[in-house]
This record gives sequence, structure tokens and C-alpha cells, in this order.
Amino acid sequence: MINRREFCKKTMMIAGGLAIPLTALEIFDPRRLHAEKDGKEKVRWVFLVDINKCVGCGLCVKACKIENDVNWDANVTRTWVERYVVTKDGQVNIDSPKGCRDGFTTQKIDQAHIGLKEIKPEDIAKGFFVPKLCNHCENPPCVQVCPVGATYQTQEGVVLVDRSWCIGCGYCVMGCPYGVRFFHPELHVAEKCTLCYHRLSQGLKSACVDACPFGARRVGNIRDPEDPVTKIITMEPVNVLKEEFGTKPQVFYLGSSKEVK
Amino acid sequence: MKNHVWRPLFIVLAIVGGILITRTLLVPSDFGIWERGYMYGWHRKSNEDVWKKYPIKYKTAKVCAECHKDKFNDLKDSPHASISCENCHGPNYNHPKDPLGLDIDRRRDLCIRCHAYLPYRDSARAKIPGIDPQKHYPTEECIMCHYPHNPKKPNPKHHTAGVKP
Repeated sequence: MINRREFCKKTMMIAGGLAIPLTALEIFDPRRLHAEKDGKEKVRWVFLVDINKCVGCGLCVKACKIENDVNWDANVTRTWVERYVVTKDGQVNIDSPKGCRDGFTTQKIDQAHIGLKEIKPEDIAKGFFVPKLCNHCENPPCVQVCPVGATYQTQEGVVLVDRSWCIGCGYCVMGCPYGVRFFHPELHVAEKCTLCYHRLSQGLKSACVDACPFGARRVGNIRDPEDPVTKIITMEPVNVLKEEFGTKPQVFYLGSSKEVK
Repeated sequence: MKNHVWRPLFIVLAIVGGILITRTLLVPSDFGIWERGYMYGWHRKSNEDVWKKYPIKYKTAKVCAECHKDKFNDLKDSPHASISCENCHGPNYNHPKDPLGLDIDRRRDLCIRCHAYLPYRDSARAKIPGIDPQKHYPTEECIMCHYPHNPKKPNPKHHTAGVKP
């Protein structure tokens, strides 16, 4: 007959014994070890958006479309700018005609099939512009749902799509809480912001960052404490979008407001 | 054991073997979990280089300044200094080899991206001089009067057009 002391001892031994091989497998995966040895933690690209500086000119959207060969006339874009107009009675009006490809040049709010909505200037409490792009999340849900391994995260934290491997199932398009993914109108594969991976790898900044005349968009390396972007993110009041989803987004917003979704 | 037990077992083994062989033939050798682990890093490693080699179109104003120093200096002290050359002159691609000349956007649409008045007092837009595009010389091009490299100066080329700002 087993006594209580023996029972507790054996239960703990079995639980501990089961846990060891699982962690051992994780530690001694040679491919993983090799990868971690080769400069993991050196570069992690992050993005910083300053809402206070954005004027809604859409030059970033134009540059992105041209740089990354996203069809000019198709109503899809890797990055876009939203306009928020909050009236004095608390109503929030949001629009982004053509993703702000041609900038905001009229006061009328584009409500798609409903038409254009006019808001009297005296009724406006505040109006501002919010650039949006892929958040290059630390825990990207779009990558988790890919059934074929066509989308992945590089060691620099950039989420990419393998165009020759994508089967076009659209799970990632549905899985992204930020709605940044779409189908490429010509290639018919999942398409998204690459943070201009080709430019970053060659020491340039993302095309939207270079195109912005106001410094509203910046890209930086969060692992480098001397990087000015890192300094702002660590020392100033920044916000992220939809934190409650647990995706750990890596696009940080300065001057964000509660209306921003 | 009897034959009727072995036979289906061989069939199952053959199917499993067949699947494994096709898998090794179809799956590229660089397909693996790599740095970010199974959940986020399950991919073809060589695709990273495909993305790294994507052609750069916007070469930045630094490249423009190498040859067009005069224009670069012209812009340097103007309120438009922060606007990158390629925003109006178009992406560099491989200029001057290909294309020989760039397609400059001289349209009103480009200027009113920033200069169309919008009544948002606290946004950065309010700090930029704004016009109503429907009322401010709607049929004229902005560059007829305004010099884009330095809006404080009148346009030396088009000043005689007869339109007064």
C-alpha cells in the first residue's frame, strides 16, 4: 500500500521527468542553436508614426505603390492614411479614399456607396490623420494561420510572404486583426507591407519614410539603444494599435487618440 | 502470422513510403523552422534573399545631389527643403541610364495634396498655407506663378503668364 508521502513524491517525479525531455528538445535543436549563435538580437526593425506631424498628403502611399509595384489603379495598398474627423457632438467620421493615394484634398468625408458627407467647419472638434501599415507583430497571427509555410517572420522581425509558395487560401488575410493584407491584383497571392526589406537590407530607409516630407514616419532598430527611434519609443508616450489582441505590434504611434482603431 | 495480416500492412507501408518519397522530392531542402521557431519561422530560407534583391526604385535625394548639385542647393533653404526630389520628379529607377529623363509631375493635383485647405485646427495641416482648389485659379497650373523649388520666389520661367497670385 502506498502512503501519502510516497504518492506525492512519485507524482512530482513523474511530472518533472515529463517536463525535462520537452525542454531538452527545445534547447538542443541544432538548427535553432546555430541560428541563435549567428547574431540573433542584433537587429529588430520597428516603425514609428507621429500622428501630430501627418498632414494627409499621401506621398507615402504613392511612393509605396511605385516602389513595390502594387497596381496603381486597383483599390488596394500596403500602407494607407486614415482621416479622423471628430465632431463636437462626439461623432467620429473616418475615411481613406483610395487609401489616400492622391492625398486628402476635400473637406467632404468619403462614405463609399452612401456618398460624400459634408461637415461644417464650426462643428469639427478635431481632425487628424493616421498612417497605417503592417505592424510586423512580434506574435503575427497571419503567420500562425498559414497552412503551407508561405508567410514567415525573418530574424529582423519583418513578416514576409513567399510568393512562389503561397497557395492563395486567404487565411492570413482573414487572420490579420489590422486588415493590412490583401491579394495582389496581378500575382493572385497574399500581399503585404515588407517594411521595404530590400531597402533596409541595403542601408536605406523604407520608401514611405523617405517620401514623407514631415518626418511623420520613421523606421529604426529597437535593439540599438542609440537609435533615435528607439529613444523615442522607450522614453516618450507611444501607443500601439489593438494591444488587446496580444499580437505585440511593432508599429508605435505618437500622439494617438482614443478614436484611433 | 498469417498472410491476411501481412498483406494490408505491406500496402500501408508502401503508401507511407510513397508519401515520404514524394515529400522529399517536393519540399525544398532549405525549408525549415530557422530563427523564429516553428510557429513563426516555418519557411523557405532562400525566399529572404528573393526579397532582399527586389529592385529599388526610389534612390533618395542624396543620389540626386551627386549630379544636380545646383538644383539641390536651390531647394536647400526653401520651405520645401524637406520634400524629397523623387516625390515630384518621379522615382529614379536607374537614371540617367534608364530612363534618360524623369517624368516630372507638374500637375495641380500634386500641390494640393498639402495645400488644399482643410479645417482641422490642431493638425499639422493647419500650419501649411492652404487654398480652396475650386476657387484659387482653378484652371491654372500652380507652377505658372509659384516656383516649386522655393515657393517664396516667383517662378522665373512662368512669371509673365499674366496671372497674378
